[in-house]
Amino acid sequence: MPLLHFLSLPCKPDRPYVTLRSCRYHLPTVRPCCSCDMPNSIVIAERLNRVTDTHREATSTPAGATMPRGTGVRRILTIARNAFREAVRDRVLYNLVLFVLLLTASAIFLGELSAAQEAKIIVDLGLSAMLLFGTFIAIFVGTGLVYKEIERRTLYAILAKPVGRGEFLLGKYLGLCLTLAVNVSVMGVGISLALLFVKRGYDPLALRIWPAVALIYIELMIVVAVALLFSSFSTPALAALLTFAVFVIGHFSADLKTLAAATGTTAARIFFGLLFYLLPNLSHYTKLTDAGHGLMPAPSAFIVALAYALIYIAVLLAAATFIFNRRNFK
Amino acid sequence: MTVALEIENLTKDYEVGFARKRRVRALDGLTLTVERGEIFGFLGANGAGKSTTMKLLMRLIYPTAGRASILGCDINDIAMHARIGYLPEHPYFYDYLTAREFLEYCAELFGYTRTDCRQRAAALLALVHLDDKSWDKQLRKFSKGMLQRVGLAQALVNDPEIVFLDEPMSGLDPVGRREIRDLIASLRHKETTVFFCSHILADIEVLCDRAAILQKGRLAHAGRLEDLRGRAGTRAMELVVAGATAEQLRAALQPLPAAQLTQTPGGARIEVPSERDVDAALAALRDCGARLVSVQPVGNPLEDLFVANQN
Repeated sequence: MPLLHFLSLPCKPDRPYVTLRSCRYHLPTVRPCCSCDMPNSIVIAERLNRVTDTHREATSTPAGATMPRGTGVRRILTIARNAFREAVRDRVLYNLVLFVLLLTASAIFLGELSAAQEAKIIVDLGLSAMLLFGTFIAIFVGTGLVYKEIERRTLYAILAKPVGRGEFLLGKYLGLCLTLAVNVSVMGVGISLALLFVKRGYDPLALRIWPAVALIYIELMIVVAVALLFSSFSTPALAALLTFAVFVIGHFSADLKTLAAATGTTAARIFFGLLFYLLPNLSHYTKLTDAGHGLMPAPSAFIVALAYALIYIAVLLAAATFIFNRRNFK
Repeated sequence: MTVALEIENLTKDYEVGFARKRRVRALDGLTLTVERGEIFGFLGANGAGKSTTMKLLMRLIYPTAGRASILGCDINDIAMHARIGYLPEHPYFYDYLTAREFLEYCAELFGYTRTDCRQRAAALLALVHLDDKSWDKQLRKFSKGMLQRVGLAQALVNDPEIVFLDEPMSGLDPVGRREIRDLIASLRHKETTVFFCSHILADIEVLCDRAAILQKGRLAHAGRLEDLRGRAGTRAMELVVAGATAEQLRAALQPLPAAQLTQTPGGARIEVPSERDVDAALAALRDCGARLVSVQPVGNPLEDLFVANQN
């Protein structure tokens, strides 16, 4: 500042402020400071003012716009929608192409068999592929859901916003569930159409498979929650391995109970008994053979399976949030 | 003035090693206050603890000891985060989104309406001078400088009262640096408090009211830039003059024995030991008919202070 006065520069209080500073190591620079103005700084001063005005227009609330109303539910849904968009743009749904090819091929090549068998094979094959593809997505995308965000540091900017870690986790979870819902629905429609095609007309099986489709979807929701829990404290590879182990053991859950009863030692009995109650019983959700025969689960069994899944998922997500809340993102 | 940011004895230890864990102190008892409306520079070498401080304030990591409050609220108060903005170091954003989609997504997280989100995204992309052909390109196709601009835009999306910028100029070309610097300077007119980390002294000098220098996790200096410069010692001043011979100048500078005269092709360079001598030197030079080309401090006191702290 004193330098300007040494140079006897004009001082007009009503003009924009700028001072010119310079030193040996960098070029003259600009700094809004006092009410001094000088000829060679006018251009810079104007530029500064223009930037200021643009910013005011840009960030002040536009006329008539409502002020932010950030609710937890809305934030969760926003994150879920983005997670769905991520899955779509990462071409996760491309597995549907493979599924359609598989169904078409099976419908064509199984033409030799009798119509009843053909329909049963289509249902078996279709539902198995639905479970398999869905499980792959649930495990591989599910374990990367959070890890990828930490690894790529994309969550830094998001968590600095008014977003709770639990909300973030739940949003990501729902996003993948939405992806799986689209995947499973399209596959279900594919199977129904294939059934109509091989029967050359209406087949009641085309509708009767849907409770089984819904059960597969509920199972996938459990698998995603398991994957999310493991990925909240380990690497994707380990989390995928553990989730796959839970998936396999979960399908043989009833055997664990038998094993617990048959084992001689108390320690082993407690261990297998604990494992039985701790791991999800996924065998309730795989009704492929029944569906092939046109058998639908009893409504009460369906409701119990749904309630069990919702409680199990809630516990898993609460545990994942508990762990995630304590993590340091270095 | 009210306090925008208050940090009290903030300490962070990291555990390193797998089998034999040991603790490394990344931040050691940092105590700092930033007033509302000021631009505060947070200086430090790489690894000094700048980003650790930022991450602690953004609750990305948790402190080992100490506390901090932003705008009078504890840092763990999630609602308070609706009033602040943050640009992370080396910004990485969802590369499958376009710049426009990303900003709209960020605005949605603050609870703005759809129309408002769209307006904000467009206005901010224009504000950070992002070429409008790139607005609808996926971020994976963006250069580092372009990402930095998007990062700054997302930090301002909620019209924050205080904005935390971690190395906002990194990866930018000279034009980009100037634009972002002007943009940060313009935040002052909105009375937005700016807390920004950098190891580039020029940026701090140009923009900041006050600064803190961090060294190996400890606060080495904090205060107004003038005070910090003062701590580095008296500043010698350099006057470049033309239009007079060396003899004339030597004669004119007789009353100032401390002034050192060096002849240059276009005239002469005179160095006086302190700012106080500049007035006398200028008077003498006017008397002998010399034309003043420039007056500037010799060296950079802030740089001297910064370097002194590293050794």
